[in-house]
Amino acid sequence: MTHILFRHRDIPDIKNIAVYQQHAGFAALKKAVTSLQPKQIVDEVKASGLRGRGGAGFPTGVKWSFLPDTIWPHYVVCNADESEPGTFKDREIMESNPYQFLEGVAIACFAVGASEGYIYLRGEFYPIARHLDACIAEMEKAGYLGDNLFGTQVSIRIKTHLGAGAYICGEETALLESIEGKRGQPRLRPPFPAVVGLYGKPTVINNVETLSNLPYIVEHGAAGYRQFGSEKSPGTKIFSLSGNVNKPGNYELPLGTTFRELIFTHGGGISDGHSLRAIMPAGASSSIIRVDEETFDKVMDTPMDYENVQNVGSLLGSASVIVIDDTHTMDWVINKTIEFFKHESCGKCTPCRDGNYWMLQLTERIHAGHASAGDVKLLDSVAAQMYGKCLCALGDFSTMAVRTAIERFPEDFEKKVKA
Amino acid sequence: MSSVDNIPNLLRDKYPEEVQAIFAKYPIKRSAVMPLLYLAQREAGYITKESMAEIATLLELDTTEVAAIVGFYSMYHDEKAGKYRIQVCTDISCALRGADKFLEHLCQNIGIKVGETTPDGLVTIEEVKCLAGCDKAPMFQLQDGDQVSYHENMTVDKTMELVEALKKANLEVKE
Repeated sequence: MTHILFRHRDIPDIKNIAVYQQHAGFAALKKAVTSLQPKQIVDEVKASGLRGRGGAGFPTGVKWSFLPDTIWPHYVVCNADESEPGTFKDREIMESNPYQFLEGVAIACFAVGASEGYIYLRGEFYPIARHLDACIAEMEKAGYLGDNLFGTQVSIRIKTHLGAGAYICGEETALLESIEGKRGQPRLRPPFPAVVGLYGKPTVINNVETLSNLPYIVEHGAAGYRQFGSEKSPGTKIFSLSGNVNKPGNYELPLGTTFRELIFTHGGGISDGHSLRAIMPAGASSSIIRVDEETFDKVMDTPMDYENVQNVGSLLGSASVIVIDDTHTMDWVINKTIEFFKHESCGKCTPCRDGNYWMLQLTERIHAGHASAGDVKLLDSVAAQMYGKCLCALGDFSTMAVRTAIERFPEDFEKKVKA
Repeated sequence: MSSVDNIPNLLRDKYPEEVQAIFAKYPIKRSAVMPLLYLAQREAGYITKESMAEIATLLELDTTEVAAIVGFYSMYHDEKAGKYRIQVCTDISCALRGADKFLEHLCQNIGIKVGETTPDGLVTIEEVKCLAGCDKAPMFQLQDGDQVSYHENMTVDKTMELVEALKKANLEVKE
């Protein structure tokens, strides 16, 4: 299929501003600023059914409409913190198709009446931030950013801000704290960022991939966008495929593409002749899908969209599909994921901070073969007690793989524990 | 440097234009803390107590608040280590592609353990969390002061070549 987001795969030099311009670059921004009212764009994005690509899948246009028009200024903040293990899509967009992404940020600014947009990149993306700074300067020079855009009264400026290595800053209120110069710890909600956001002002926070869809939607309308994907999950999605597959990488496919097509057609199947044993479709935060003889066809034929992945006991999230073969056991997998969450818990909520500490003690002991059956029960109980008791989703996310591993792969734990 | 009157002007003397540009970027002073900390880390690869005190003064914060931010984010360092930090990702996706073995063999070849620095002070090896390079594992980032570069689809041999090149480049600078 043709790419909407990964246009660099069809037009390799699209990261040059001249090439981007030759391929209808900035036409959508010009159309928006010179011939549309902000509200018309919000309505069009609502009609397109675009859902947030950062993981939650919340309808983007609806999110925008929560900003009150009685409090100003408004801010647009782009979440480019991309830190979920297994996710590496935003990086490719920003590196290879940066102008489409920046045009999307500018369109979002216009749609919500913001004259300033911040892009929050994880600190590890230092070279990408410098590259985006150069692209922003090019756009200012060419009149696509700055004051009096296209001869109107509209001003839009975009700035980059680098984090410094903290998964939690992908959580939107922690991200705002971080831009404000504080430790990245989530805020209590309500109030939501749409009302009290960056610097206490109404703020919309969208993911890189979400924003990169906007030029297409403005140019081709909601109907044009809806020719891809399904009724409830329209558009294309970038699936980050990693783990035990022959061809790991990013694949832009319509939402609703099956696991079979992603893993076996695009990904070239399981590496080294092994069999597929488990899938984590939403990175380390996933409920683990068990794949065995009995469930293979059902899982493989499941369309990957926001609704259907739930039918096989997981969530689509940011579509970071980690494939695990039959040489690995789940006691090892959850030991890995808990090492991650224990390191990344921000420490604000006791259940998450202490719960992850204890889950790590237990998963290490179980994986090393030093645990009793009671320890596995205790691990499940610690996870259950954490769930739903923290300010942000990190605490809940950390328990997903643990609880589903114990429930769906009991033999892995039975083999590990001492009689 | 404990007296308030005796706060050094390290950053303002060394990078006056950059400090000014950082302040111009944000509507409130405090937002400048993260970029200023990167600046403070540029030369020595870690942030000294003196730099934290200067940043605190510039932003009208307590030094403890600045130190708490340094402690929170894993890319800021408050202790001296190698000039280059090789930070290998061993998270789930990378581990499925052999990152743990890669790290083990790399350590054996360089002759240090994770967290240690080579005797010449050039390289520290660290184990880090997901870097969004999952499809190109084994991979690591090379942190050098405030700069970062990614090295993907790596082997131990390729990494040893990189270490040799860094050694050579550093000798040339000294001479």
